[in-house]
Amino acid sequence: MSDLAQFRADTRAWLEVNCPAEMRTPMRSEDDACWGGRHFKFQSEAQERWMRVMGEKGWTVPDWPAAYGGGGLSAAETKVLKEEMRAIGARSPLSSFGISMLGPALLKYGTEEQKSRFLPEIARGEIRWCQGYSEPGAGSDLAGLQTKCEDMGDHWLVNGQKVWTSYADQADWIFCLVRTSTETKHGGISFLLFDMESEGVSTKPILLISGYSPFCETFFDDVKVPKDQVVGEVNKGWDVAKYLLGHEREMISGMGLGSGSSRTLAQSLGEIDDPVLAADVALFDVDALAFAAMSEHFIDQLKAGEAHPAMPSMMKYAGTELNKKRHELIMAAGGSDALEWDSERSRGGKAAREWLRTKANSIEGGTSEVQLGIVAKHILRLPGA
Amino acid sequence: MILTDDQRQLADMTRTFMGEEGTIKKQLRHWRDIGCKDGFGHGLWKQMAELGLTGLAIPEEEGGLGLGTTEAALVMEEVGRNLTPSPFLTTSIVAVEALKGSEQGKRWFPGILSGDTIAAFAIDEGPHHRPRQIALEAKRSGNGFALSGSKQFVVHGASADLLIVAARTGGSAGESKGLTLFAVPRDAAGMTVENVALADASKAARITFEGTQIDADAVIGEVDGGWEPLRRAMRAGRTGAAAELVGVAAGASAMTVDYLKQRKQFGKLIGEFQVLQHRAAHLFGEIEIARAATFKAAELLDRGDERAGVMTHVAKAKAGRVSALAVQEAVQMHGGIGMTDEHDIGLYMKREKVLDALFGDANYHARMVQAA
Ligand SMILES: Cc1cc2nc3c(=O)[nH]c(=O)nc-3n(C[C@H](O)[C@H](O)[C@H](O)COP(=O)(O)OP(=O)(O)OC[C@H]3O[C@@H](n4cnc5c(N)ncnc54)[C@H](O)[C@@H]3O)c2cc1C
Repeated sequence: MSDLAQFRADTRAWLEVNCPAEMRTPMRSEDDACWGGRHFKFQSEAQERWMRVMGEKGWTVPDWPAAYGGGGLSAAETKVLKEEMRAIGARSPLSSFGISMLGPALLKYGTEEQKSRFLPEIARGEIRWCQGYSEPGAGSDLAGLQTKCEDMGDHWLVNGQKVWTSYADQADWIFCLVRTSTETKHGGISFLLFDMESEGVSTKPILLISGYSPFCETFFDDVKVPKDQVVGEVNKGWDVAKYLLGHEREMISGMGLGSGSSRTLAQSLGEIDDPVLAADVALFDVDALAFAAMSEHFIDQLKAGEAHPAMPSMMKYAGTELNKKRHELIMAAGGSDALEWDSERSRGGKAAREWLRTKANSIEGGTSEVQLGIVAKHILRLPGA
Repeated sequence: MILTDDQRQLADMTRTFMGEEGTIKKQLRHWRDIGCKDGFGHGLWKQMAELGLTGLAIPEEEGGLGLGTTEAALVMEEVGRNLTPSPFLTTSIVAVEALKGSEQGKRWFPGILSGDTIAAFAIDEGPHHRPRQIALEAKRSGNGFALSGSKQFVVHGASADLLIVAARTGGSAGESKGLTLFAVPRDAAGMTVENVALADASKAARITFEGTQIDADAVIGEVDGGWEPLRRAMRAGRTGAAAELVGVAAGASAMTVDYLKQRKQFGKLIGEFQVLQHRAAHLFGEIEIARAATFKAAELLDRGDERAGVMTHVAKAKAGRVSALAVQEAVQMHGGIGMTDEHDIGLYMKREKVLDALFGDANYHARMVQAA
């Protein structure tokens, strides 16, 4: 048996023993995701166990080095693990901004000390992170941020405000962009990590149109941060930020699409008695399946180090527009049933709330307009773009 | 179509009135936030009665203004622009159209005129609008009928004093013959009404009829001849809903164009970005086209022109498509703030979805255009 075949057999056997039956059922909604962290309330004992066993094995982040809590797997082994998980319908053991965003940035830019301190915690789901990028005046124009970070000799002093910080009220730590110099716009930004329990940090939830409230305004009032919590060089945080945004876009582009279920939209909707809708759904499935192929290709390119740095923008744009379309079609198929907001029959207005939530996909992590601008400028090299 | 002086006056009057009394803050948000069971305010409805609006389409000899679909559409556009919740569409347009010329009209018009009566229309039985498929059964019983079956998406159904129910007295599902319209008072025995909140904070009922006993004189028009008044009412309702959709689109896009002139990023007003300019301009054109189609349908209906049927389908489909585009562009161009409940723009998106489904969505009407 080849090594890879052996690995597959071992993985299958291990999953068979360790993946709880309950974690092999499809997630019913976003609420079923496991986020980990100090304050997370597990929905079940199975959910908690699944996160822990996978975390201990390093399989929440299979391709990170074992020294930092990862699984140390090769690209081929990671693929096998994913396939075997999919084969039994295993849920993702951990959803985490630490895994999808901060981790890759730390691996590339962090000091040895920062990597050994933060990465294993991320892998085991012990600390939940939030992202402090946007500010009221700095959204698409992220580099316009104003949050002030002063060097006080033995510590940093942070003052300012962030907005749209997803889950800030439930996060343990924040990775944050701050201004350490006003001399140049991009050249005065630093990438800072700190504990949300630090004195002077406060959050205020913002209610979304979906009725959910996953994000906050976050205020920093004379927050003291230890000197060694800057990632990368001082004033060079923009590089770290951009690198991380690439990963964020990759993550968002896959949300709700391609991943997990291999059923097409047409299959999941069942019989459609409206030919106009049926045609729309058929065309959607063509786009979705083609996009899934592109996702696979893109991941291979990334792993091989061959992806253009601006490609995540193309992927994010295409993936999120597709996901919005998907929910438009689900609403159309659901008719007036799907419009119900909190009846039991509609499971608390699940369809309508999810539909509304997807409208943020083309805004969060950089708007579709901004992604297209990046493609035009950095890939097509169009003048003035 | 060029508006007459009277029509222009009516449009100006309602624009001012809705812009002052029917605002999102005073009406939609207020009723939503206090969890009102009706989803609209009776105070505003009374004010509308004082202005004569509740009886806009009621014949003059019955005390109304005797106006047509065009005038109703002018009012609906202002309703849409302000997202004003009221029973105007269901009561003053759809129910009045169904009741016109019937004995039941004489009974219900005075209450509608005075703003005391709310009417609702019960057509749909599944999640999609399929009027020919109506299966709710009306069986002869005693000196009247017994209704059995269920309806859903009955807008204002739980607040209504009068339910206009489309039922089958003959024929079979798929046929337009054999349908009968009934005027059912709210206190009819054997009726369960479930009040359901929709995404836009309006209310629609699911109603179950279990041998609900109705007097023979509750029939509107002829037994087995319900398709005629039903079709008239649906055409009026669809045109009204199309006009409201046009108002929703126009309101959302006006708010967005304002925002493009205020919000700065990269040291510029975002309205300076040509990508956004072109999309805003495109949208402007689409809304004008949807409005033209809507008023054309209204005009043809008022003239009794045989092309009115097709144009009504065109109007509802086009207004639905355009309004969906408008609200999606609006939220997108507002960026993150557009996703917050605190900002009004998301309310337009929710209203659009409900209105599109009401009396048949864009897909349904596209099919009808094709079949015509
Ligand atoms: C659900 C959700 C979750 C989020 N989570 C987080 C988070 O966890 N942490 C965080 O820091 N931020 C988060 N964000 C913020 C998000 O990154 C910003 O909302 C986004 O970058 C857009 O910025 P803005 O909202 O200020 O919109 P604006 O930048 O004001 O954009 C308004 C409109 O102008 C357009 N526009 C702007 N610039 C250009 C241009 N150059 N060319 C063409 N069009 C342009 C935009 O595309 C948009 O349509 C989240 C947002 C949402 C909606």
